[in-house]
Formats: sequence, C-alpha cells, structure tokens
Amino acid sequence: MTPTPAHIELRAITHAYRTDAGPLPVLDNLSIRMAEGSFTAVVGPSGCGKSTLTRLIAGLMRPDEGQVWLGGKMVTAPRPTVGMAFQNPVLLEWRTILRNVMLPLEIVGARMAKADQETRARDLLALVGLEGFEDKRPSELSGGMRQRASLCRALVHRPEVLILDEPFGALDAFTREDLWQTMARLRVEEKFTAVLITHDLRESVFLADTIVVLSGRPARAQYVMDNALPRDRTLDDLYGHAATDMLAILRHQIQVAQGRAPADANARAAQ
Amino acid sequence: MTRLRKIAVPALTMALFLAGWEWLVWVNGWPTYKMAAPSDLWPAFWKFRWLFLDYGWQTLWRTVAGLALAIVVGVALGMVMGFSRTVRDGLYPLLVGFNAIPKATVVPILALMFVGQHDMNTILVAFMISFFPIAVSVSIGLSTLEPEYRDILRSLGASQMTVFWKIALPKTLPEFFGALKVAVTLAFIGTNLMEIVSPHGRGLGALFDSGKISSDYPLMFAVLIVLALLGIVLYYVVVALERTFAGWAERSPG
Repeated sequence: MTPTPAHIELRAITHAYRTDAGPLPVLDNLSIRMAEGSFTAVVGPSGCGKSTLTRLIAGLMRPDEGQVWLGGKMVTAPRPTVGMAFQNPVLLEWRTILRNVMLPLEIVGARMAKADQETRARDLLALVGLEGFEDKRPSELSGGMRQRASLCRALVHRPEVLILDEPFGALDAFTREDLWQTMARLRVEEKFTAVLITHDLRESVFLADTIVVLSGRPARAQYVMDNALPRDRTLDDLYGHAATDMLAILRHQIQVAQGRAPADANARAAQ
Repeated sequence: MTRLRKIAVPALTMALFLAGWEWLVWVNGWPTYKMAAPSDLWPAFWKFRWLFLDYGWQTLWRTVAGLALAIVVGVALGMVMGFSRTVRDGLYPLLVGFNAIPKATVVPILALMFVGQHDMNTILVAFMISFFPIAVSVSIGLSTLEPEYRDILRSLGASQMTVFWKIALPKTLPEFFGALKVAVTLAFIGTNLMEIVSPHGRGLGALFDSGKISSDYPLMFAVLIVLALLGIVLYYVVVALERTFAGWAERSPG
C-alpha cells in the first residue's frame, strides 16, 4: 500500500517545557500523518500536550526535536494558510460579529476587495445559522452562537488547515451536538484539512476520519483508529453497533494512556 | 423620564446636601471662622469673581497638563511592564515606593530644584500623584490578555505591533479609563498641593491660602466648592470619553 502524500506531517517530534524544576517533557517522538482534506481527531488524557501540538502545527512554537511539514514545506513560522478556533471563542467585544469574523482578512486579505470580504463573512455566518446576527455584539450572543462565530473567523480566509483546540468543550451537551452538525456542514462546503483536539470520544467518532490516541505525558501516538462509520453520518449513527464498538476501544485506550488499564494484546498497535 | 431622572436625582441630592449644611451652621449658630454656611459663600465668590475665573483657569490647565503627562508616562510604563515580566518585576517595588512618598514632602524639594518654575513644578506634582494607577492598570490589562487572543492573529503571521493595536490596546481601554477616573481627581489634589504650599503660588490653591492669611473664611470655603465643581466637570469629561471609546464594555441592563 503506497501512502497518500500527507498534507500535514509531524515527524518524530520531541518537546519539553522549561520550568523552574527543569525541563518537563510533553511530547516524545510523536509522528502523525494527515492526508489533504482529512479530519483527524487527537484525544488523550488531560495535560498530555495536546494543546502544545496545535501550537506546533500553527507554527507558533518550534519543537525541540523533529519537524512539522505542511503542504510539502517545513513549518518554521506562523503562516496565513492556517485557521484556529479555541475552547474560549475569544471574540473581540468591541466589534460586531461581522467585523469579528472579518478580522483575519485585515491581516491576510489584502488582495481581496472590501466588498468581497464582507460577502464572504456574511455567507459563512449564514452557513452556520447566524444570519441576522451580523451587527450584534458578542455579549449579546449565547455561548454556542459565539463558538459558531469563532468557527467562521477561523475559516473566513479559506485556510488550508483548520486547527480546533477543544472548540466545543465548554458547551452544554445539546448545543455541542448542534455544533458537531454545523462542523460537518462546514466540511462539505469548505475545503480544509482539520485537526481537532478533544476530550469527547463521541465527538471524535462523529467528526473525524482518523482518531489518534495520545499516551500520557510525554505523549506519543499510542493508538490510531480509522473511522468505520460512513462519511455521511448522522447523530443516530453514534448509537449504532459500529460506533459503540469504536467508543469501547477508544475508552480502553484512554485508560491505558492514563495508566489505569494494562495495554491490551488484541488492540492494534499504533502505526 | 430616565433622562430627567439622570439630572434630577444628583441635583436633588446636591440641594439636600447644601440645605443640610446651611441648617447645621444655622442651628448651631456657628461664626464663619468655625464653619461658613453656603449662603456666606456667594458674596465671597462674587467679590472675587475675576480672580476665581483667572485662577480657576490656571488650576484647570495645569491639572490637565499634569494629567496628560501622567497618561503618556503611565501608558508607556504600563506597556513595558505589561509585555515584559522582567521589567515588571524590576519596576514594581520602585513605583510602589515612589507612590508611597507623601507628595507634600516633594513640593519643597521641587520648589528648590526648579526655583521659580511654578507652572512646571505644579504640573510635575499633578503628574507624580496621578500616573501610578494608570501604569498599574495598563500593565495588568496587557499582562492578563489570554494567550488565545494573541494566537488568533499571531497564527496568521501578524506582528506584535499589529496584535497590540488591534487587540491588546482596545481590550485594555476599560481598565485604562477606570484608572483615569481615579487619576483625574488625584491630579487636582497634586495641583492644589503645590499651589497652596509653594510661597509664590498662583491658582485656586493660592487663593485659598490668601483667604487663610486674611482670615476670609467664606473665601476659603468658596474655593473648596469651586475645586469640587472643577473636579466634577473633569471627571465627567473622562466619563464621556469612556462612553465614546470603551462604551462596548458597558453591558446593556437586563
């Protein structure tokens, strides 16, 4: 089997934080490959360096060892082809929703006419169900709506790579499921390779093509799972046999990562 | 209705306060050297109306100049302390110590250092007494900026300067205006301190001092009232600026 050329490739990344008590290793020889247009979820125990991973892919940090490759080029600095959304929607309170979404275009949209920029932002807002809220302030929106606006801001400049750092983590269960469906819709309409950091296994099964389980700190890729569900999936699929089986394996792998369960001999080894 | 209330409530409070004051003096039969009543103040004010106008203006412009200097230096200090931990750790004890010095003790030092430079000395005292809250609030506003706010622009390759102008600065404005409200009244205290203590002072503080020397007690009280009025005016100028530039921070009620 010849591997498809990877769009994002993490090559043997090792990284440590410098603390007063000496270096604290967070990533240990971590390698992950993501194909163009794929959706990869990264799950793992708390504090295993998942957020460090997003900052490395975005080029906001350089790893101690190893390399990050993006579209055939080594990442050495931030690049405008990346969009990011976080658990905290970090909308700017003094701007309207529309102007918040247009913010990245002020940095990287020089070639785009102002009118086109606005049309693009309005189209995206309509796509996530925020039509009619363009002129509201962030404080006038609910948590779920703010997160939708944050997704629009991450995508407005048509990034090749979308980095999602637990964007739905702080929402209630029903709103979260709504946003999963919004995310799935965005994926049909927009072209991007997505990396999702999450604590929610059902979220990873619903959204991702590939699910990577990280080990406890220092993290390496402990387990990689290809999603068995059809690409065009519904929330009901999460309650079927295929999803339940996947969730059981993922849950077990997390417990292994936490050191609470012995590694299962039957489980597929990573890579 | 709400508009009327906004003006009527403070006006009524003020009237009640003056009436209470008048009543207190009347019922105790206090002479003016013990406590002047509001009704004693108007003649004193009218007699010296041109001096009040001239000196009031002098006090006002020196206060505003000192405050402007405090804003420039305070924001600059706040910026370097907000962006660099090392600078913050280094400067904090120095600033706190400086702020703890009673400014009345600085007046003779300044008066000796820059003899005769009354305008500059007054502005300097107003500045020294009022820059501290501005520097602290700006540095706290900048240093507590959540990293995600930086990351949304940094991840696109934006420079630190762009992050500052587009995010850090506007986000710090509510804290800045909060500090400016404190600073504005402090600056008044600084100006008057110099004007009262300095032997060749001018401005409302000097008028107060001459009232003291000539035992014109109603004049002293009249100066205090005018100072309070100027303080209120300047405070509400800051409030108006805040509404314009940081009005977004105020949540609509309900």
